Amino acid sequence: MTLNRRLFLSTGAAAAASLAAPAVLAQGAGKPRVVVIGGGPGGATAARYIAKDSKGGIAVTLVEPSRTYFTCFFSNLYLGGFKEMEDLGHTYGTLAAKYRINVVHDWAIEVDRDTKTVRLASGETLPYDKLILSPGIDFVDGAVEGWSLATQNAMPHAYKAGSQTELLKAQIAAMPEGGIFAMVAPPNPFRCPPGPYERISMVAHTLRETNPTAKIIIADPKSKFSKMGLFQEGWADLYPGMIDWIGQDFGGGNVSVDADAMTLTIDGETTKVDVCNVIPAMKAGHIAEMAGVADGNWVPINPADMSSKADPDIYVLGDSADQGDMPKSGFAANSQAKVCANAVRGALTGSKVFPAKFSNTCWSLIDTDNGVKVGATYEATDEKIAKVDGFISETGENSALRKATYEESEGWYAGIVADMFS
Amino acid sequence: MRARPFHATLAACVAANVLWGGTAWCQTGDAKEGAKIFSQCSGCHEIGQGARDRIGPHLNGIFGRPAAAHDGFDYSKSMARAGSDGLTWTVETLDAYIENPRALVSKTRMSFRGLDDPQDRVNLMAYLRNYSDDPSNIPEAEPTARGTDHDLAPEILALVGDAEYGEYLSSECLSCHMADGSAQGIPSITRWPTEDFVVAMHAYKAGLRPHPVMQMMAGRLSDEEIAALAAYFKDLD
Repeated sequence: MTLNRRLFLSTGAAAAASLAAPAVLAQGAGKPRVVVIGGGPGGATAARYIAKDSKGGIAVTLVEPSRTYFTCFFSNLYLGGFKEMEDLGHTYGTLAAKYRINVVHDWAIEVDRDTKTVRLASGETLPYDKLILSPGIDFVDGAVEGWSLATQNAMPHAYKAGSQTELLKAQIAAMPEGGIFAMVAPPNPFRCPPGPYERISMVAHTLRETNPTAKIIIADPKSKFSKMGLFQEGWADLYPGMIDWIGQDFGGGNVSVDADAMTLTIDGETTKVDVCNVIPAMKAGHIAEMAGVADGNWVPINPADMSSKADPDIYVLGDSADQGDMPKSGFAANSQAKVCANAVRGALTGSKVFPAKFSNTCWSLIDTDNGVKVGATYEATDEKIAKVDGFISETGENSALRKATYEESEGWYAGIVADMFS
Repeated sequence: MRARPFHATLAACVAANVLWGGTAWCQTGDAKEGAKIFSQCSGCHEIGQGARDRIGPHLNGIFGRPAAAHDGFDYSKSMARAGSDGLTWTVETLDAYIENPRALVSKTRMSFRGLDDPQDRVNLMAYLRNYSDDPSNIPEAEPTARGTDHDLAPEILALVGDAEYGEYLSSECLSCHMADGSAQGIPSITRWPTEDFVVAMHAYKAGLRPHPVMQMMAGRLSDEEIAALAAYFKDLD
């Protein structure tokens, strides 16, 4: 039925406008309904573009538990003292007021694909014609021996921005002179590939000012990481002797923690640490699993429109999706949201559907006015989202270029949050 | 204040005493040096005889003119508001604007991070000052290098962009560039003359303009797609 309807509607915009109504009346409502779960760079962007571009022709509901959304991107800059927490917080008032999006601050706890409804923690249900899931990440149970959500206050992940990030910053500030900051880095794939290493840079920046004899240990299950050459060059120049990265070859993946004793054991060797930032292995946000669209840790999608392989009426954006060559980043989710919004609008109203184009750029800050970036463009192939072209900052760049790159990242931040929330 | 003729040099003592709290800082601008600095401006602004509005307004007669008062140029809302609030271009206000455009006019479309060096600013103002006394004082020379000097094929420039397609494509640009046209670390791209937009994008595509992100983004846009984007951003408000 769905496929037929989509083909039928795409035959012409004028015909589609008059034919959309019967298709929708069958669903028992005045206009087509889109429910979006998750109000981050994927969900907020998709909701905004669908509502904006359909000019009221599609009823959009956005389900997001937080009234204030704190961006994960730039949260490392808060740890480094470059941003305040308020700088990272954004609210949904404009989406409601300007685009008439029905913003529901609640948890989605169940998706019934047969009746096409979403159940909320409050007990309400929301019917949908198209459902967009953009729930971000959850952590894989038992990924780091000794760590669980019950111990996350002793050993914060700070990988969903907000109270965890503030907690981690407070713990860094309370470190004794010459103390040890440890990080357990995650295995691939994970949200924000340069994120852990930008965080190390920002922690080192803070410690160099406040606690210069402190040490940083990273236990990493990988043998290489995003922007590795750039970060390692920066660490050696700017924070000499402070940072010890223990990769896979040196047992960095063989790790356990004890939150009561505040110890980290790497390949059998136990160290008492003062702060332990555990970033466990990740998987799609739990609602994707509950909707039955995940396969393993992630959700397989059709690259042309971001619809899930398991259900053509459910689309999955950002971190939760198996994104092929794209990294799990806010920029990527925002990029995918626009492709998805265009496709969903086309399917529901017969508007013109243009071919998918994806892009991503990730900026990282190594020290004051010392920014680097990596980026690529992507296209939809039958198999996956495939890389077309890319670039990365170079080692040995001059300070003016690094400063310009940092300023550009601030411009991007202003741009993407406007693209999500304004 | 209405500017008086200074010819080739500009004494900035009065301005400086206001701006720097009365310190004994006094500089004289060198218009020849200012002409070199103007190369940072000439991608968007023309000055001299026959100068036209491009991405930015032409700068003939800038001294003494209220902000956003030049007829026929489509200013940002922010600049228009500054003008109606009474901002007039004088040595003092231009100095502040050139030092940090966004500090003076927060959502200006002028994509320029500013000149830190006070001497550079005074030199630049001395140069601008040569074109400000009255029309008879404007030298009989061609305008400085136009932003649109190029060898792009006329048929590429003649393409009429599909603004609806441009709107879809624009969503990719708006991950970084502000839809309201403000420049907050990434340049403004709204309301450019079509020719300038097309020329700039093709220069990125050809690798002539040096920015890796823009070279990559422009690199996969077809001539029609560039025209579509130019058409869409031309009227975005």
